[in-house]
Amino acid sequence: MTAWIQDLIFTVDHKKLGFMYLGAGWLFFIAGGILALLIRTQIAVPNNHLLDGETFNGAITMHGTTMIFFFAMLMVFGLINYIVPLQIGARDMAFPRLNAFSFWATFFGGIFLFMSYVFGPGLYGTGAAPDASWFALAPLTSRAFSPGNNIDFWSLGLLVSGVGSITGGVNIMVTIFCYRTKGMTLYRMPLFTWLALVTMFLVIMFMPPLSAAQIMLVLERFFGAKFFEAQAGGSPVLWQHFFWIFGHPEVYILVLPAFGIISECVPVFSRKPIFGYPMMVAATVMIGFISAGVWAHHMFTIGMDSFSVTFFAFATFVIAIPTGIKIFNWLGTMYGGKIRFEIPMLFCIAFLFQFLIAGLTGIMLGCAPFDWQLNDSYFVIAHFHYVIVGGIVFAVFAGFYYWFPKAVGRMMDKRLGLWHFWIFTIGFHLTFDPQHFLGFLGMPRRIYTYQEGRGWEVLNMISTIGAFLQAVGGIIFIVNMIISARKGKVAGDDPWDAWTLEWMTSSPPPDYNFEHLPEVRSRRPLWDLKHPEDPDWKFE
Amino acid sequence: MATSETEWRLPSPRKVGLTLVIMTESALFTIFVVAYLFYIGKSLNPPYPREVLEFPWLGSIFLFGSSGTVVVAEQRLKKGDKGGFHLWWAITALLGLGFLIYTGSEWYNLIYHDHLTLSTNLFGSTFYSLVGLHASHVIVGLILLTLILVASLTGNIQERHHEHIEMISWYWHFVDGIWAVVVTVVYIIGMQ
Amino acid sequence: MLNHHYTRYSRAKRGSGRGWELLGFTVAAFIGLLSSAPVARAQDSTIRAVQNIFDPLSAPAETLFNISVLVLAVCAGIFLVVGGLLTYAIIRYRRRGPEDDTEEPPQVYGSAAIELAWTVPPILIVVMLVLVTARTIGEIEHHKMPETAEQIRIIGHRFWWEVRYPKHDVVTANEIHVPLSDRHNRVPTEMILESADVIHGFWVPQLNGKTMLVPNYRNTMWIEPYATGIYLGNCTVLCGQQHANMLIRVIVDKPEDYQKWLESQKQTPGPDPQTEEGQKQFIANSCGTCHTIQGLRGANGVFAPDLTHFASRATLGSGVAPNDEQNLRSWLKDPQVLKQGCLMPNMQLSDKQIDAILAYLRNLK
Repeated sequence: MTAWIQDLIFTVDHKKLGFMYLGAGWLFFIAGGILALLIRTQIAVPNNHLLDGETFNGAITMHGTTMIFFFAMLMVFGLINYIVPLQIGARDMAFPRLNAFSFWATFFGGIFLFMSYVFGPGLYGTGAAPDASWFALAPLTSRAFSPGNNIDFWSLGLLVSGVGSITGGVNIMVTIFCYRTKGMTLYRMPLFTWLALVTMFLVIMFMPPLSAAQIMLVLERFFGAKFFEAQAGGSPVLWQHFFWIFGHPEVYILVLPAFGIISECVPVFSRKPIFGYPMMVAATVMIGFISAGVWAHHMFTIGMDSFSVTFFAFATFVIAIPTGIKIFNWLGTMYGGKIRFEIPMLFCIAFLFQFLIAGLTGIMLGCAPFDWQLNDSYFVIAHFHYVIVGGIVFAVFAGFYYWFPKAVGRMMDKRLGLWHFWIFTIGFHLTFDPQHFLGFLGMPRRIYTYQEGRGWEVLNMISTIGAFLQAVGGIIFIVNMIISARKGKVAGDDPWDAWTLEWMTSSPPPDYNFEHLPEVRSRRPLWDLKHPEDPDWKFE
Repeated sequence: MATSETEWRLPSPRKVGLTLVIMTESALFTIFVVAYLFYIGKSLNPPYPREVLEFPWLGSIFLFGSSGTVVVAEQRLKKGDKGGFHLWWAITALLGLGFLIYTGSEWYNLIYHDHLTLSTNLFGSTFYSLVGLHASHVIVGLILLTLILVASLTGNIQERHHEHIEMISWYWHFVDGIWAVVVTVVYIIGMQ
Repeated sequence: MLNHHYTRYSRAKRGSGRGWELLGFTVAAFIGLLSSAPVARAQDSTIRAVQNIFDPLSAPAETLFNISVLVLAVCAGIFLVVGGLLTYAIIRYRRRGPEDDTEEPPQVYGSAAIELAWTVPPILIVVMLVLVTARTIGEIEHHKMPETAEQIRIIGHRFWWEVRYPKHDVVTANEIHVPLSDRHNRVPTEMILESADVIHGFWVPQLNGKTMLVPNYRNTMWIEPYATGIYLGNCTVLCGQQHANMLIRVIVDKPEDYQKWLESQKQTPGPDPQTEEGQKQFIANSCGTCHTIQGLRGANGVFAPDLTHFASRATLGSGVAPNDEQNLRSWLKDPQVLKQGCLMPNMQLSDKQIDAILAYLRNLK
């Protein structure tokens, strides 16, 4: 037992570190999920007294911060860590020890954040959980308005995990550029790896702005610096600019790997190659670049001049084009195929519908005048949960069902998978569909209670019921993983009859990943091996 | 379309890695530069830049000069002239140290004679954070230079380490590049 | 909901998507109606508690409604087309059985023509949306205020609204009276938004979109309501513990009623022997350091709401509870009970003191 723990603590192997990222990510998911259930229970009915204002503000801040930085980011880094070296035929990441450092820095940042519940007097005895929302608006975060240490747990925890993310990003990019197996040009890489590359570019370019803003906040709170203080002539709007310059690319950091998972699963389960690989790559790169130019669509109501508002609305509409193209390409992949409704594909299909809706509500929010009504309301909450849960979490589920056999050597149980899928999907829709209408009916974000008669009661109750259903679905998923790891059907090297390099080695792979590798001559090296009379490289 | 006849060439991991690190650090510095530029002329109370800042001639000569000396050191190493390498590498480190001393004395005057601190006004906050961030990178560079010098003097550097040394000199050039930006923003634009 | 009286200046464009929006709005309104409990209040004012953005009652809100309906229709159309194609693909191209396993389907890599075909329509849609959006932005942000416009300054505090009427030298808090506008005699209200502490947000959906109140900045927005009533709204930017109870009440009065209200607000309450004890206690307990009451010497604080005409307000604590004797008593005993985390501390008043101050405050009409 102790040898096993020692192994985990000192390992530098990308597969084990991948497991640790993912395992830690699910633990943080449970914590964030419990917070979500508390939040939803509090506002299921008007004038509720489960959580007071302070505790509620802490709950929403911790829920958002945990889910984004310590669940979604860990899923991204965990999956990329595990899969990318296998997909490019590498032995490990470029800098294995740095990889271990990145994981531990990220993990400690998360633990430090949760220490806020334990340490510090806080207000009214509820601990010192940060309570100024996940984007910590100035000047609410200044010493004057947040006297305890709540905000410090937020900024310091995220500064530490930010170092982990950035170093991880450098590592992954170097691995992809410098450790591809013979014949795998950049244009023959699997799309999951391509999307990982662009994602990590966004990480290294756009997480530093968050770190910079947090350093400024720490200097302000501890040393009296004057970055955002209105009294000194400073501008709280500057915090918003810095935060959203990070914050918008961040959501693309979260969603691009999800696109990568979909781009792996949909072709395999449609039995066709991805439609328009070059365009998929181009669209991804375009999304990456344009994402740097849309940030102020989070600030449409701050009182910007009309030129800026129009510009950012325009940029937001433009980024919808390459995103839409991707949806069409996935559709084109399915067209003419022979679709197998395995569990990963079910989650992909749900993803496609849900991400379509998410993108469309995003367009609505990108239209600034519409946003002047909908900003800071439950419509925005519905939109981004559609992206993050309906999109990213569903894609993560698809990726888990798809790659679990490779990583563990056993298939996940299909019946439990169906229960998981249907309960979670129904729960998801019950939770977030009504929230669009709550936004239409004027319900703002971040309110710990509301009065009767506003028209919000029924919709909130439905939303809360859905949340509990999602919890049940999530529990079934975790149970499925645990049971299948022990008793699942033996998977073999290539249970899905897929075409990328990771399916060439045993399940689970040996420490050194590959005993031997073919020279790669196309985007689907295993297709070439299985179909020597009809290889891809003749037609690509 | 690579076939088994053509060579399979991949870029050097160290070079790619350091390039990415330079890009990420540039992103970090950019935010502090933007904050500095945004707050030019907006401090509500003195001291103001024009009153207390002097163009950093000596410090800049030291730092930019050290970029030159590090190139010389690398050339010496390539020619196999270990002694020359040690000499010029050491001069580089000393010039870096000189820059830090210069900055230190500038700060001493600003704090104790002009009473400008991080919390005095917007100028103080943005000045010390930007220049301080740069100085911290110089310190890191200085530590790296010293480590290499010691390692080399004790005979632990071999031919195969030439890329490591090149990477440190790239980092050092990057730090100098940032100084050029800081000088422009703080001591030229900011003084208008 | 569907039987309000108002004059519409501009007819909403009846596009093909209007039906869906009407459906959505009806569903939402119906759900809202199901869960709304009518609150009976003095006077005949309708309490517009259900603030549906698709039920605008003010000129700028209607402009926003028009573009929102268009965008919603476009998005609904895209959803139907793409969703339809997805549904079709799943059904038509599913694996039907083991017979489908003998052979892989044709391995199509892509098609430049098809890629072009599905790139151009989105570009065109985006161009159209940008033009419409730019025009609407200009319409709202560059609207020229006529001379007859009313003007209000709203300063956001934690957790209440300071309301000033510069043209009339009136100061009040939390309940914002504005005049009804009319097609022939347009009286929009320009609102200048500032903040005394952190960022807040002002949102009454049926009157206009929301705007933030940022310290060190002056933002402007305008409303032009064409239906009387009491419009409820919320602070929309997290400002602390009682952000949820920083509620807004905008009372749209007919012009005569508005003038009457202004007149009553301009009057300074005179000394009254019946509430003399209350006045004394008010000053003695330092209430005047935070609160202003016109005509009461020593009550000139600016940290808390102006209480000069406190009894004319329907709620207390910026909407957290109705302004009746029971709630006021609770507030005076310990404000933290009704609004935990608000910035008024427990003043440790005795019951006798509370009686006196209560009588005095309830007299400040």
